[in-house]
Amino acid sequence: MKKEEALDLYRQMVLIRRVEEQAALLYQAGKVGGFLHLYIGQEAVSTGLVAARLPQDRFITAYRDHGLALNVGLTANQVLAELLGKATGTSKGKGGSMHMASVEHNFWGGHAIVGAHLPIAAGLALGDQYAGRDGVTVCMFGDGATNIGYFHEAVNLSKVWKLPVLWVCENNQYGMGTAVPRASAVSEIRQKAEGYLIPNSRVDGMDVMAVKEAAAEALEYVRKGNGPYFLEAITYRFQGHSMGDPERYRKPEEIKQWQENDPIGIYRKFLTGGKKATAKELDAIEAAVVEEVAAAVKFAEESPNPAPEALFTDIYVEAA
Amino acid sequence: MAAITVRQAISDALREEMERDENVFILGEEVGVWGGTYAVTRGFYDQFGEKRVRDTPIAEAAIIGAAIGAALTGLRPIAEMMTINFAFSAFDHIVNEAPKLHYMFGGQFRVPMVIRAVGGGGRQLGATHSQTPDAIFAHFPGLKVVAPATPADSKGLLKTAIRSDDPVLFIEHSTLYQWRGEVPDGEHLVEIGKSKIQRPGQHVTLVTYSKMLQLSMEAADALAKEGIEAEIVDLRSLRPLDMGPVIESFKKTNRCVIVEEGWRSYGVGAEIAARLYEEAFDYIDAPIKRVAQKEVPLPYNRELEQLALPQVKDIIAAVKEVL
Ligand SMILES: Cc1ncc(C[n+]2csc(CCOP(=O)(O)OP(=O)(O)O)c2C)c(N)n1
Ligand SMILES: [Mg+2]
Repeated sequence: MKKEEALDLYRQMVLIRRVEEQAALLYQAGKVGGFLHLYIGQEAVSTGLVAARLPQDRFITAYRDHGLALNVGLTANQVLAELLGKATGTSKGKGGSMHMASVEHNFWGGHAIVGAHLPIAAGLALGDQYAGRDGVTVCMFGDGATNIGYFHEAVNLSKVWKLPVLWVCENNQYGMGTAVPRASAVSEIRQKAEGYLIPNSRVDGMDVMAVKEAAAEALEYVRKGNGPYFLEAITYRFQGHSMGDPERYRKPEEIKQWQENDPIGIYRKFLTGGKKATAKELDAIEAAVVEEVAAAVKFAEESPNPAPEALFTDIYVEAA
Repeated sequence: MAAITVRQAISDALREEMERDENVFILGEEVGVWGGTYAVTRGFYDQFGEKRVRDTPIAEAAIIGAAIGAALTGLRPIAEMMTINFAFSAFDHIVNEAPKLHYMFGGQFRVPMVIRAVGGGGRQLGATHSQTPDAIFAHFPGLKVVAPATPADSKGLLKTAIRSDDPVLFIEHSTLYQWRGEVPDGEHLVEIGKSKIQRPGQHVTLVTYSKMLQLSMEAADALAKEGIEAEIVDLRSLRPLDMGPVIESFKKTNRCVIVEEGWRSYGVGAEIAARLYEEAFDYIDAPIKRVAQKEVPLPYNRELEQLALPQVKDIIAAVKEVL
């Protein structure tokens, strides 16, 4: 990996972290409405996956989508503007935190009904297979989502039709307040792929390099026409499920322990320890990101609301 | 009589019925350790234990399906859909299994279960999480659909629903939980399928239910200052639907505005208006009006969302149109 690329992964993870810290403040100030699910702690997963993609690879995920949105290339301006419901946001203010998307970046959305986007991912992959394109659809979802029927229907279909999908389970140990063993018959989620004879593996989701490597291998396997692959990334969300989560289901010590494995810290150590970057270089990146995010907050706050007429646009595709 | 919130009223109803009947149990997502995402079952896990307060995987079809099966054996499950939007993931079991079994098997099967589901917009939750699809569920014979507004009705109707031998969909509203009102002390039961006059008046009939009762009351207060007395009929139950008080009121006022939060087309208002044409045609003095949600998926942006949802001023304007 070139140095620039290595530094850019660092920048992306820091960008996600800083954007979400601001998002939390904006939520507390009453400027972000609805539900706000933070990705803090899980940044290495989406960052590593996107680092391994080719432009023709599609991405689709659940409602915890700010990280992926930034990784695929949406700007902090666009993400924060969407959080404030502004016309300049990724979904023109109509989607909010849970519903970001950018077709231009081959990012097919944040989806808020648990598991519902998995069959859609199968369809995206079908589209590419049908047309003979070599793109792979990367579908991210939580551990909790593997307990709903949608998951099983989609994963089975992908194997039967040999669809070019990379299934990525972000096992962050909980679905809301329910720990994995309380809701899933198998705690090693990748075993669910075994039942459908889909090759699978587990990766340390706190280590961006490990995720990138695993994703690159998996993508190559799928791209060759072998059918789907299933990757389980072991990770942890440092914040509550969404803002206002009383967090009665886990102990502060547990959170603290995982925080010692901060994905940004791990990667920073990797970069500086391997002499790939100096602390000074990384600090400069951090400072630039802080500035960028401050400007983005300003941009979002100053952006206009959608016009009232926007209420009735895009209900149906308008005839050209 | 004590003034309590809707949240407390629902919580009290659940607790009282669980204390009264060991066959009553709760299943759903985050109902136990978390205490319910709307804090309705807070403390239940400690009081009743994990056998009767069952946290489930995210598996709506399994929640409703398992509740149906358990109900067939004589238990009285209360299955919780975290929000009514997730009930679509269990649509088959809610509309195509639970309401059919008693009839289709010649009365042999009984499905004494309650499905609690909270709906409604106004919290910027976006298109998939803000719906008021009550009318859709009310379409199916065999399912009872109850949607109270006041604390007293919430408590009394839920208790009756739990004792009902038929499946009942009990719809709550996410912005009504803090509403305070008097609830009679002691055992309080309200019969399912009875509309109620919530405010007397003689100039116009407002027919409404759930959250829109709150807005209709506000509109009626404002109208009263101008000398217009609106009579408010709260349906409380969409199926069975009790047209008695609606028609009685309409015979007096000859004017009607129906206020619902869901979309206008094929909605509750459409049903009430049709019934008035069928059953009280001779009493119609003005077109029957509907106030409802604009026909768009609800947007996230606060201002757009409020534009789409019915407002007090819309009710007032509709009343003035029919007077
Ligand atoms: C069908 C459906 N049921 C319930 C919910 C409510 N809900 C939102 S997120 C969530 C937990 C999902 O957990 P997981 O898949 O592990 O993802 P994580 O939040 O941990 O990223 C639940 C129950 C929903 N959005 N959709
Ligand atoms: Mg999870």
